[in-house]
This record gives sequence, structure tokens and C-alpha cells, in this order.
Amino acid sequence: MKTVKSSFKFHGGVHPEYHKDLARDKAIEAIPLPGTLVISMSQHLGAPAKCLVKAGDKVVKGQLIGEKGGFISANVHASACGTVKSVELKQGAAGGYANAVVLETEASDETAYMPPLDWKTATREELLKRVDEAGICGMGGAGFPSSVKLNPPPDKHCEYLILNGAECEPYLTADFRMMLEHADRIRTGVEIMRKVLNGPAVRIAIEANKPEAIAAMETAFKDIEGNVEIVILPVLYPQGSEKHQIYATVKRIVPEGGLPIAVGCVVENVGTVAAIADAVTLGKPLIERVTTVTGDGVNEPKNVLAPCGTRYEDMVAFAGGAKENVRKVLSGGPMMGFNVADLGISTTKTTSGLTLLTEKSVFQYSSHACINCGTCLRACPMNLNPAAISCAVESDDIADAEKRGVMNCIECGACSFSCPAYRDITQNCRRAKAAIRARIAREKAAAAAKAKG
Amino acid sequence: MKLILSSSPHAHAKNSVHSMMRDVILALLPAAGCAVWFFGMRAVWLIATCIAASVVTEAVCRLAMKRENSIGDLSATLTGLLLALNLPPDLPLWMAAVGGVFAIAVAKQAFGGLGYNPFNPALAARAFMLISFTGAMTTWAFPRGYEAVEAATNATPVDAVTCATPLALIKKGDVAQLASLKSLLLGNIGGCIGETCAIALLVGAAYLLIRRVITWHIPVSFLATVFIFAFFKGGVPPVFHVLSGGAILGACFMATDYVTSPITAKGKIVFGVGCGLLTMCIRSGGGYPEGVSFAILIMNAVTPLINRYTQPKPFGRA
Repeated sequence: MKTVKSSFKFHGGVHPEYHKDLARDKAIEAIPLPGTLVISMSQHLGAPAKCLVKAGDKVVKGQLIGEKGGFISANVHASACGTVKSVELKQGAAGGYANAVVLETEASDETAYMPPLDWKTATREELLKRVDEAGICGMGGAGFPSSVKLNPPPDKHCEYLILNGAECEPYLTADFRMMLEHADRIRTGVEIMRKVLNGPAVRIAIEANKPEAIAAMETAFKDIEGNVEIVILPVLYPQGSEKHQIYATVKRIVPEGGLPIAVGCVVENVGTVAAIADAVTLGKPLIERVTTVTGDGVNEPKNVLAPCGTRYEDMVAFAGGAKENVRKVLSGGPMMGFNVADLGISTTKTTSGLTLLTEKSVFQYSSHACINCGTCLRACPMNLNPAAISCAVESDDIADAEKRGVMNCIECGACSFSCPAYRDITQNCRRAKAAIRARIAREKAAAAAKAKG
Repeated sequence: MKLILSSSPHAHAKNSVHSMMRDVILALLPAAGCAVWFFGMRAVWLIATCIAASVVTEAVCRLAMKRENSIGDLSATLTGLLLALNLPPDLPLWMAAVGGVFAIAVAKQAFGGLGYNPFNPALAARAFMLISFTGAMTTWAFPRGYEAVEAATNATPVDAVTCATPLALIKKGDVAQLASLKSLLLGNIGGCIGETCAIALLVGAAYLLIRRVITWHIPVSFLATVFIFAFFKGGVPPVFHVLSGGAILGACFMATDYVTSPITAKGKIVFGVGCGLLTMCIRSGGGYPEGVSFAILIMNAVTPLINRYTQPKPFGRA
């Protein structure tokens, strides 16, 4: 095991104010069990899970309550014991609606975990099945099901397992605290994943502004065998983006439209790796996570261990409550977080943070004409021409936006962040992507209808 | 709680059009200071007239067009300042005012305002003035401390108040009268009020580069092309071509105008090389001794085409 500095810099990137000092020194605290949990059937990327319970059912902590609804999907388990009050459509942080189980909890030590496995003796298939059953998905934000990542198609081989500990999103410190306080679980998770992936080299990627996390990882992985390196990444947003992290650690470029496995890489967030360890060694499904509740709008910013489905109002109350002058509530951080309208929304497997901003920290603006300055081009980590894409979208020329590669956009927000004319470039890219996806879906449906005759 | 809803990102680098324009104005202050030093109150009046004419025209145009007032973004102030620095010291002030009005009303607001103008407004106005007021626009007063003042007056006794610019001397082949390299750097030579002192301009350009308001691509490719062209052309040492006339002012402050120059690094280099080549072609074979303004204006017209062929390639595209 050795520690190296990344020497591959991707194009673009920006330096937002980090504000991590608000919560970085706060040890993870478990929230007292909330009276009500709202557990969404769509906490991951892909098809929502099929709900297995109905109003009036008694459930036990860890019990399967949602069965994966397709190949790219994930199981959902009860995060606590209690009684199902209702199953209803609830809005998620991103604005979409999905079925959710409203659970009235009761204090109980009872659990319905799966039997623990010894990863050293278990077979690759058993471990893979466990990750699948435990409903584990990427906890960094996108929520891609881990069982899919860990089971590459037969013609692909994973050469590098990359642990994403960059946490480049401002304000958030959940991954940082995980690395500091749960390094041993992360190590176990890595060994399990390495076995499932047939022994790839391991790269642990951490931004240079987290020296304590780097030290904790060095200690935990000190005596590990095989090709393992801790890679110190320069502090640059969006260093935590999968494609950019792969480039920064192993200098490989994921082809347009491709997944990391196309270049022999699997990237997994550090929190997810710890969850994989728990699923195997304790039989515990993914039912809780650490969420940073932060921002100048909360009284006591902290890193909260909470059951998935905890309502934002309970999270905020646990963090000392919100200040009077809160003007924005973000699910996530300020760069990629979703702005929510109220605190009735609930956490999911991917809620890495809640950021509450006061008047002072909310940036309000009105847009001017594009002055062609090129700042967005220099900021774009995907090397797109955001200015031209944005202008194309504004004149309803989605075809031009597509030609300019808008589908590569990772919506990191670097363009809008740096635009001196305050243009809604990121939002225009989203609009173009949504329009293109809708068109592709229409074409598919038309082709299917035609094939049917 | 009264919550605001908007799409991400929710943070901003806190730069603005205003801050960028302000930086360019600050970067031009050394050159403006030198203009006042060398040409006295004339320079002050020219600068004040051009800025006032530009800002007032901007406000009036926006009002007439029923659009939001835009003088706060400082772009009109910058245009006025740049225009003034590109004028000869003895120009009648009413001509300077006409130039300012033309720059804003015709070259900028007629196209829709900042961001939509195809040509650099200050340069478009200068070209307009050069054609309309040819005599006044090519009469050069002596700067303070002009080293060859004796020689020059003796050489052209009829035209004793006119100081020949280095490029005019080069054009005439009167290399013997040419200012020293030191004078070219310091600015005690004939020329437009803001273009003579190379050192002041380079200090300003360095500030813009450090503040990342401009990138190196256009200034370097522009001036390097001038240098290389002059080197192969022979005659005066190539560095004279770089330091004379409006080359540095043009390359660092006019050609780098965002709105009218290409957006990608590759495009900027093509643009800079084009400006350099055209400048030297005009200087060598054209009717005017100086060609920076026309070179940049011609390349402004080519900018959309350059943009079209220099699109960046997305990360991951083969």
C-alpha cells in the first residue's frame, strides 16, 4: 500500500467556497427514532421497487418491503419496526413522485436482518447475491445499483476498483466522517468488493483538503495485500464525478455514453463500501446512512446517522432547528443539490446532505445577454461549449445542442457557477437532455408499435 | 419560512460583467496615465469626452429601445476609454464625441447591445472617424520629451506641428528618424494618446492575465505573428513593429474583446494569427501606415466562422 499524488488534471473545474468547517469536526450522531418514516420505493436509479406491504401491516426493522422492479433497481427494506399507516404517492427531493410507505415506528430491538456471511469463505456469487438483496446503491448521489456495478458483463473485466472519497460538493462532510470514524468497515467492504470483482487493483481517491481522512485510510489499509494505493486528488470541483475521478486516478477516459467498466473501472462511494461490509458481515440491508445537516441556516450543523425515510423536518430539528431567515433548503449541497419547497420530504439512500441557506448565502440574480467570454468553456469538465448549447436551447434548437454533445453534460453546475452574466446554462442543458430523452423514448415507442404491426 | 425555489447550482463565483469590465478599465489606467503625462490636458479632455458621449448614448439608446438601463455594466465606459486611447492628441473634441456616439449607437446598440455586436464598438468608431475626419485623425502632436524633436521639425519645416509616428517613418523609409527602442517602450513618440507607452500597456495586460480576465492566446499569437512577419520582411528590427503603433493596445485590449472574438482557445489563436497577418499586410502594402484597427475589424467579421470550425471536443469523444 502506498500513497501517491494524482498528476492527471482534467480540463475545467471550478473552486467554490467549501464551507466544510461547519460540520467537519462534528462526530457522527445517531438521530433518536422519529415517530414517522416515509420510505420511498424509488431511492435509487432505475425502476422503482414494487411495494410488498399495505396499510395496517406490521413490519420489522430490516424486513423487505419493496422488491426490485427490474434489472437496474434495488430492494427497499423497513428502516425501523412499526406499523404501515399508508402507502401513497410522495414527492421526492428531485420533484418526481413515487410510492412511499408511511411507517409509524415503535421502539423495538427486533430486527429481520439476513444471516451474516463470512466473506473469506463465502463464494463470489453468494456475496454478489447479498449485495443485491441488501438493496445497496451508490450513496454518493446517483444511486446506481451496486449489484449491477459489481457484476460486469462477461466480456468486461474490472482492473481498477476506485473508492470515491473526494466529496467535492461544498458543505458536505458525511463521507469525510465515514472515512474518519469507520475506516475499518470501509476496508472490509473493499476486501469483499475485491473478491467479487476477481481481484482488481484498488485506488482510494481523496481530495487533498482531507488530510485526516487520508491518514485514517492509511492506517486502516496499512497491512493490506495486493495493489492498493491512496491517491490524493487536487482540490477541484467536480473531482468526485466518476469520469473525472477515473481520469485523475488511472488516466483513463470513459468513452462518450459509456460506463466506467468500459475502461475496466468500477467506482464506488466510500459510504456505499461500508454499507456493503454491513450487508455481508452483519446481514444488515441498506436502511440508514450518514447525512450532513449543515448550512448557515441551521443552529447546530452536524453529521447525522438517520434511518432512510426520515423527514427533513426531523433532521433539521435534530440539528438544533432552522434559523428564522432560512431562504433555501437543498437536498445535497449547493452545486448539485435539489432545491426543495418544504421540509416534508424524506431522506433516501442517496441523501448525502441537507443544506439550509439564509438570505445572506442565497445568491439571487437576473440574467444578462451572453458576452461570449468563454468562462463556461474553461469551467466545463466535459469540455463542452455550454454557452453555445445554452443559446441553442433558448432558440429551441435542441438538435444543435445535441450535436454539440449536451448528452455528455454531468450537470455539475460549473458553467452557471462561473458565468459573469448569470445565465441559466446548467438548467438549459437539463432542458435539452430531457427533450432529447423524450424524443428517443417516442422514437422507441413508435418503432415498437410499428414492429407489432 | 419563506423559501425560494431555483435550479442548481445554488452558489456563484461572484464574478460579473461589471467586475470584468472594471478590471479592463483598471488595466487601462496606466496607459491612460501615460497619455496624460505625454499629452497633457488634451488627453484628459479626450478621455472625458469619449466616456461621457458613450455613457450618455448608451443610456439614451436603452431608453429609446425600452430596455433595461445598462450603463451599470461599465461596458460603455470601457468603450469610451478605449476609443479615447485610440485617438490622436489634437483631435477636436466634437469629433471625439461623434466617435463615442457612433460606437455606442451604431456599432453596439443598433445590434441589440452588449453581447450582440459583431464588431468591436471602439474600433468601428475609430474606422468611421478615420474615413470621415482623415486629416484630423492622422495629425500627431509631439509628446512631452520627444527625443528627435529638433530633427523632425528640421526635416519637415512646413508641417512643424506634426510629429511623424514611427510607422509613418517606416512607411516612408525614413528609418534614420526612427525613435529609439527606449522611447518606444516609454512612450515619448508620436501616436494615439494611449498606444505609445508599451510598458504601461504591458503592465495592464499582465494584470488582466493574472486576474484571468483574458487568456494569453490572442495577445501572444497576434504579437508573435507580427514579429515573425516583420522578421522575414526585413528592414527595421521586428521588435519595432511589435512596439509601434497600436499593436500592443490592439492585441491585449481590443482583439481580446469577448463579444467579438472566438470563444475557444484554438479559435483565439486562429484569430490572433489572422489579426497579426492582416496588420502586417496593411502596414507593408496598404494605403495606411497602421493596420491594427482594420485587421481586428476584419477578423471580427470572421469570428462566427472561426467559432464554427473550432468547437471543443467533449471529454470522452473519440
